[in-house]
Amino acid sequence: MTKRVCITGTGIICAIGNNVPGTLDSLMYSRTGIGEISLLKTLLRGIIPMAEVAMTTGALMEAAGVAGQTCYTRTALLGMIAAAESVRSAGIEDIREYRTGLISATTVGGMDRTENFFSEYLADPKRGRLRDVVNHDCGDSTERIALHLGIADFVTTLSTACSSSVNAIMLASNLIKSGQLDRVVAGGNDSVTKFTLNGFNTLMILDKNGCRPFDENRAGLTLGEGAAFLVLESEEAAIKRGARILAIVSGYGNANDAYHQTASSPEGTGAYLAMSKALSMSGLDAAGIDYINVHGTGTQNNDLSEGVALERLFGNRVPPFSSTKGFTGHTLGAAGAVEAVISILSLQHGMIFPNLNFSVPMKELNIQPVSKLQQGLTLNHILSNSFGFGGNNSSVILSKPGIQ
Amino acid sequence: MTHVYINGTGIISPQETFDTALFLENPVIPVSNRLRCVEPVYREFIPAEMIRRMGRVIKMGVAASKCCLKDAGTGDGSGVALEIIPEMIITGTGLGCVEDTEKFLTSMIVNREEFLTPTSFIQSTHNTVAGQIALLLKCHGYNFTYVHRGISFESALIDAMTQLQTGAVSNVLAGATDELTNHSFAITSRMGYWKQKLVGTTGLLNDPRRGSIAGEGASFFFLENQQVPNTYAELRGIATMLRPESLQEIRNRLHSFLGTFGLTAGDISVVLLGLNGDPRHDRIYRDLARSEFDGVPQAFYKHLCGEYHTASSFAMWLGSKIIKRQHVPPVTMLNHAPGSIEHVLIYNHFRENNHAFILLSRP
Repeated sequence: MTKRVCITGTGIICAIGNNVPGTLDSLMYSRTGIGEISLLKTLLRGIIPMAEVAMTTGALMEAAGVAGQTCYTRTALLGMIAAAESVRSAGIEDIREYRTGLISATTVGGMDRTENFFSEYLADPKRGRLRDVVNHDCGDSTERIALHLGIADFVTTLSTACSSSVNAIMLASNLIKSGQLDRVVAGGNDSVTKFTLNGFNTLMILDKNGCRPFDENRAGLTLGEGAAFLVLESEEAAIKRGARILAIVSGYGNANDAYHQTASSPEGTGAYLAMSKALSMSGLDAAGIDYINVHGTGTQNNDLSEGVALERLFGNRVPPFSSTKGFTGHTLGAAGAVEAVISILSLQHGMIFPNLNFSVPMKELNIQPVSKLQQGLTLNHILSNSFGFGGNNSSVILSKPGIQ
Repeated sequence: MTHVYINGTGIISPQETFDTALFLENPVIPVSNRLRCVEPVYREFIPAEMIRRMGRVIKMGVAASKCCLKDAGTGDGSGVALEIIPEMIITGTGLGCVEDTEKFLTSMIVNREEFLTPTSFIQSTHNTVAGQIALLLKCHGYNFTYVHRGISFESALIDAMTQLQTGAVSNVLAGATDELTNHSFAITSRMGYWKQKLVGTTGLLNDPRRGSIAGEGASFFFLENQQVPNTYAELRGIATMLRPESLQEIRNRLHSFLGTFGLTAGDISVVLLGLNGDPRHDRIYRDLARSEFDGVPQAFYKHLCGEYHTASSFAMWLGSKIIKRQHVPPVTMLNHAPGSIEHVLIYNHFRENNHAFILLSRP
């Protein structure tokens, strides 16, 4: 496996922007996407904040170019919009010119429509429109995107909770390095649903004030929705077609905490292992990392475990870090790709986007996140973390092209 | 190129498959349109306090994986059972933990978003089975779960093979799980997935009515980069297709896939076809059987495991065991039995949408 994997395109839609430039703008001007629930019909509206994409499903259909068609879930529409942007930004005209795959990730799939179906169905098993449940499975949104973009060489979907879309980037990289595909559109999509909102609410890990990652007084996460995709290409294919290379995928790793189904271990074992694997693949030592886009959900448990793992790995030289979930909310299956796109913006513009809502350092840690926008930096290597239920921990290192 | 061997299997299916000594000697032939797994006594595999909380598919997955590791651990010929902790765990599931998903959804709707408890939500996550296996084994390695409809299992295999062939690891525990619940059966019945009635004696394939029979299962495989005395078969490769436009496109893919191994359709000792009794789906298998595998021994399996997203994992268990035992269970044969069994090809499609080939060879 000697082939290098490049990133040549990015696309995103989330609570702070409907595309990459819009998202960058919000990040630079500290505009959060977290606010009162406005679209999702739930009892929790007005009680728990969320980071919704400020577009109705109808508006998303229009943006995706499928206005008036009723077969799309919100998850699929978000994915179609972001994936199309990534392919456009990569300057790809003929998707079939190279062996191209689509690897997506989601945790809720078509649940946004299933929950409506199920309520009618429970009242009477003969009721509920089947077209609202036929797209329930996680593969649906991926196939909608694949057909939308004309990708056919390999199409699959991952679901490993909140690390899902980093894992999509990992599989994509492995398939390119091993020569099975020349390029892959990889990422993830998740919409907010009552199912996930109530699920996290029963765990009592939703902060009523909006998430405050790495703050001593943090009280939970804030759910968000969105999609992000990256075009990964073998360096050979990218150079051959004269593509603009945005970043190199220089390392990645996945490890299992094997501690508890939902809680992270106090020693941050899984996080430590995932970051170590990524570093080892990249050939960098700990000092080579210029910035970490942490998982930083804002729950008591995650931030402590992740913080401990950072101190274990980097000792007293933990690189500058921040969680951008104060902007986007926690977009679950999309989070890894959302943060990979944000990390590439950091690489390109030499900026560290602030960890919003931070004021008091955690007493167990000697580190604190970057809480103000930093500009004019030279960032060569960025580590991005995404951790999920089932002890699933993933890290990826994105590097500036031409370095190393 | 590194070779990949199937060195252990563990499977829970609607047949008596959990006992690795058995090989469909007393098959259960379905008389209804719904097959349910024959489940083992879970206490032997899972701590009692965990059994109570676990959804059915989680128990099935954990038990099948443990059975697989036990099979692999006793198979090196030394007579000593080894406790194997795999380096990686990779699973596939079409719908994940359906029972827990339905449970949380139901209580959320019935209780109007109030008074909910988290257990079923926690377990509804698609990677729960892989996560629970890791937890029980204290396995800190790579842990992936694929959820792509009819190729969820094949995706797991592609990942596993890539990991083994690139030398990232020397072994992987790979598997698939899917459960059928009352609600999912009722909903897919409304969609016309299943036959209304099935007359057992006439057989699934002779029934002209639309629909198949619903099934479920949990199958695990211990894949390694070296051959051992217990080796079942060599896993040569996997190919997938999304919505091929024509039968010709499927035929072309078949030829190019076999061609990468220097084989043609005529070299296949047994082809395992995913025939499911629905004439709309079976025409593709029948066309291929006629045009490409005329004269080649043909077998089928969905009358034994039912139709579900990861039914091809049952086929891989069947194919592996066919090679190891050099015997095709008569209940699966469609035409004449083969002589020496060198190559088994599995061809499956899920509702004409996801198509896949898996090639196994005698090691």
